[in-house]
Amino acid sequence: LFSQAPRMFAQSSRNSASPVLLLVLLGCVLCPPAWASKSSEDIRCKCICPPYRNISGHIYNKNVSQKDCNCLHVVEPMPVPGNDVEAYCLLCECKYEERSTTTIKVIIIIYLSVVGALLLYMAFLVLVDPLIRKPDPYTQPLHNEEDSEDTRSLAAVPAPAGTRANTVLERVEGAQQRWKRQVQEQRKTVFDRHKMLS
Amino acid sequence: MDQKGYRRGSFQSATSDEDMLEIAGASMDFSMADDDPPLDREMGGFSSYNGGGVNGTSTMMDFLEEPLPGVGTYEDFNTIDWVREKSRDRDRHREITNRSKESTWALLHSVSDAFSGWLLMLLIGLLAGSLAGLIDISAHWMTDLKEGVCLAGFWFNHEHCCWKSNTTFTDRDKCPEWKSWSQLILGHGEGAFAYILNYFMYVIWALMFSLLAVLLVKGFAPYACGSGIPEIKTILSGFIIRGYLGKWTLVIKTITLVLAVSSGLSLGKEGPLVHVACCCGNILCHLFTKYRKNEAKRREVLSAAAAAGVSVAFGAPIGGVLFSLEEVSYYFPLKTLWRSFFAALVAAFTLRSINPFGNSRLVLFYVEFHMPWHLLELVPFILLGIFGGLWGAFFIRSNIAWCRRRKTTRLGKYPVLEVFVVTAITAILAFPNEYTRMSTSELISELFNDCGILDSSQLCEYVNDFNSTKGDDLPDRAAGPGVYTAMWQLALALIMKVFITIFTFGMKVPSGLFIPSMAVGAIAGRLLGVAVEQLAFYHHDWAIFSGWCSQGADCITPGLYAMVGAAACLGGVTRMTVSLVVIMFELTGGLEYIVPLMAAAMTSKWVADAIGREGIYDAHIRLNGYPFLEAKEEFSHKTRAMDVMRPRKNDPPLTVITQDSMTVEDVETIVTKTTYSGYPVVVSRASQRLVGFVLRRDLIISIENARKKQDGIVSTSVICFTDYCPPLPPSSPSVLKLRSILDLSPFTVTDETPMEIVVDIFRKLGLRQCLVTHNGKLLGIITKKDVLKHIAQMANQDPNSILFN
Repeated sequence: LFSQAPRMFAQSSRNSASPVLLLVLLGCVLCPPAWASKSSEDIRCKCICPPYRNISGHIYNKNVSQKDCNCLHVVEPMPVPGNDVEAYCLLCECKYEERSTTTIKVIIIIYLSVVGALLLYMAFLVLVDPLIRKPDPYTQPLHNEEDSEDTRSLAAVPAPAGTRANTVLERVEGAQQRWKRQVQEQRKTVFDRHKMLS
Repeated sequence: MDQKGYRRGSFQSATSDEDMLEIAGASMDFSMADDDPPLDREMGGFSSYNGGGVNGTSTMMDFLEEPLPGVGTYEDFNTIDWVREKSRDRDRHREITNRSKESTWALLHSVSDAFSGWLLMLLIGLLAGSLAGLIDISAHWMTDLKEGVCLAGFWFNHEHCCWKSNTTFTDRDKCPEWKSWSQLILGHGEGAFAYILNYFMYVIWALMFSLLAVLLVKGFAPYACGSGIPEIKTILSGFIIRGYLGKWTLVIKTITLVLAVSSGLSLGKEGPLVHVACCCGNILCHLFTKYRKNEAKRREVLSAAAAAGVSVAFGAPIGGVLFSLEEVSYYFPLKTLWRSFFAALVAAFTLRSINPFGNSRLVLFYVEFHMPWHLLELVPFILLGIFGGLWGAFFIRSNIAWCRRRKTTRLGKYPVLEVFVVTAITAILAFPNEYTRMSTSELISELFNDCGILDSSQLCEYVNDFNSTKGDDLPDRAAGPGVYTAMWQLALALIMKVFITIFTFGMKVPSGLFIPSMAVGAIAGRLLGVAVEQLAFYHHDWAIFSGWCSQGADCITPGLYAMVGAAACLGGVTRMTVSLVVIMFELTGGLEYIVPLMAAAMTSKWVADAIGREGIYDAHIRLNGYPFLEAKEEFSHKTRAMDVMRPRKNDPPLTVITQDSMTVEDVETIVTKTTYSGYPVVVSRASQRLVGFVLRRDLIISIENARKKQDGIVSTSVICFTDYCPPLPPSSPSVLKLRSILDLSPFTVTDETPMEIVVDIFRKLGLRQCLVTHNGKLLGIITKKDVLKHIAQMANQDPNSILFN
């Protein structure tokens, strides 16, 4: 058991490294917005007062805390004389709102950068990748036919004897080839053969 | 014979360990994928296998005890074996419990194993809530991007841009920081040219968003299109679709969902959110061995993740759990109920703390009024229910017809062009009408809103009589000109939405159905509500109104009619019952409106069921031919097992494997010549007495592995499935023992068993195949596909539409 343990640990850690990495990345990215401290410009009390007799409607914003968020504290200057204040304030509706500008900024910037990265990667795959791959004799062009078994068996054969096939670059390339094949299979199923998701 | 699947390696024991490490290293990359890799990649990963073919008998025993990687996994587009998965989980649990008594480490292991489920639920809730927050904020921003941009910071949408500045009462939306496109380009916002420029920019942005969405889907993750709920239903019933719940699908679905919603298309984000949450669930399952290796346990987790998905979409945790129970899941053990609720709560809480809408609400159209309603109003509510049922049946029929056309004719060859054309039509028709220009969630929110003094929208432009106002309680008033304009604009919007959604749902972008159906229902409800309100105002002396709706009282709430209409239409399309009512009442925050909602939902379900039996998701499952055995319908025909089993009367006899008299070569021939997914094992061909059942995939893996690793296995070696193999002359090659891959307890029925019982067995136990015996002898086999074809035949549908195994 103990001789197998380090090997099993290595395998399982390799298996779970990728999702753990994803999780850690997501956590780092999403935690700061959730804990962002509220700056003073992110809270407000908004009082909407409708037209009253000959006074037109008005909206009042003020930067107060939740317990002070009512008509008497926020509506300044009071447009009606003292005895009418209560009647006027009954019509007004005051709401306490808060937001986090940091969260919004971070999320929009994350989103745009992911979209940008995907677009760049797509451009790379469509334009640059075929040019790089041409002079390499060991890779086969990916067909759209049913001979996927040939490409699979070819990819399963390790690099020529003597060279270590385990360098990072080669492994990344292998993973990328596999992913491309997977996407092509999916595309065939959904778009060409209409087997799924119509 | 083609030896493609049976390559023999030149395996030398001298370099055994080094070679194995190398192969193991290469194969570890392959197993980094989310799902189990397909068949012939598994040949290398033997790191748990100690020593090569060096020691004779001891390695054979090891070989028998430890399962090979790959044995017990499934091919793509196959059904899992629920019975086997559940029994494997019970075995694992038993082993851990037994070992926990040995040492503290083992005890800790057993405790952590018990807690792993709850930890997984927590993580799923966190991730699903965060992704939903990201989707909400980005979609809100990008929707407003079509109209203008904020100069104070481009990441603010319209509402947040005007947060700080002082707006006037009448022009609440205008503030100097927010510039529409014509204001930005031309410098002013008035005039015909500015309007045309705004129109043009709106259409351009809509087209850009939708084109980007469909290109991303096509280029990176074709499985990310559509709603996702029919496929998740099928996956939860035991089907395997590799890559459907993977990392790339998750990323692409999240990104393109925002783009699709922002482009103004008539679709919603609730259905795709369920898919996103299930992807999160599937990805996080890989952190825990208990769920990674067992497909049945994984599906329990996916049920809980689906509940979390609906919970963040509607802010309704209980509704989410009930939706998962009613619509999505196939088997829902009680343990899953509590865990789903936990996951849904965590997800809702996470979303609330991200606070996407700035008012601590989870949905844009949260309803906050609690006006009473009168019993006589049930009549219009039931009318709305009938409308919902009719619209639901109409929508399902036309959408399925359109999707079938997309599947079979040339229309399906141009997905990108289709998305372009539909977006162009939607954007061009939507801009002139204010109610279609705004996003559908905002439209629903405005329709649900009860008009108070403070509302200045067109829909609330009633003729006000200020002398009689007491506080915030407004009586029923006559409609002003603004209301009449709003009415015909809403009617046009209704017609447009009814027709354009038919062509939008099912396109190759992530598309949901909940929001468009709720919009249709809300518009219809509001129209009816305003009509009833005006009727009550102008004819308050009629008998039906005089009792409860006197002049000056506030009796009719059009917002409530909109809500009831939304529930009716949603129920008519999806045929949800309990979950719909619970979601709607969690949206309103009170029990006052349960009776109208239930009345409308029940009426719409009855009317829709009278016209067509299936909801939209079941109809899509049938359209795509997924092997989904419907759990709710009764099988009421009097056929028997012998009518359905294979082989039929004129077919060649059943392909069987004998328990100890076939050679490796014979078995290989059988496996390559036939395509069955499993073979029964019998005592001998003459007696046909059943021993067990062996799966094709397990056979292939074991034989290949034996040829490579074991000494002396050649084509003429005998394969033995029993514990005690018959003695062979000493000159014959060594025996290949495959007892470990044989299932000794296959399910059998006799040939006279009624098909009702057979279908029930398949449903309740989740079988893939069932053997048929006659007088104790093996006669034939019934697979799930045969059962589905038989049901289709009995219902006069095309049995060849079942495409998958």
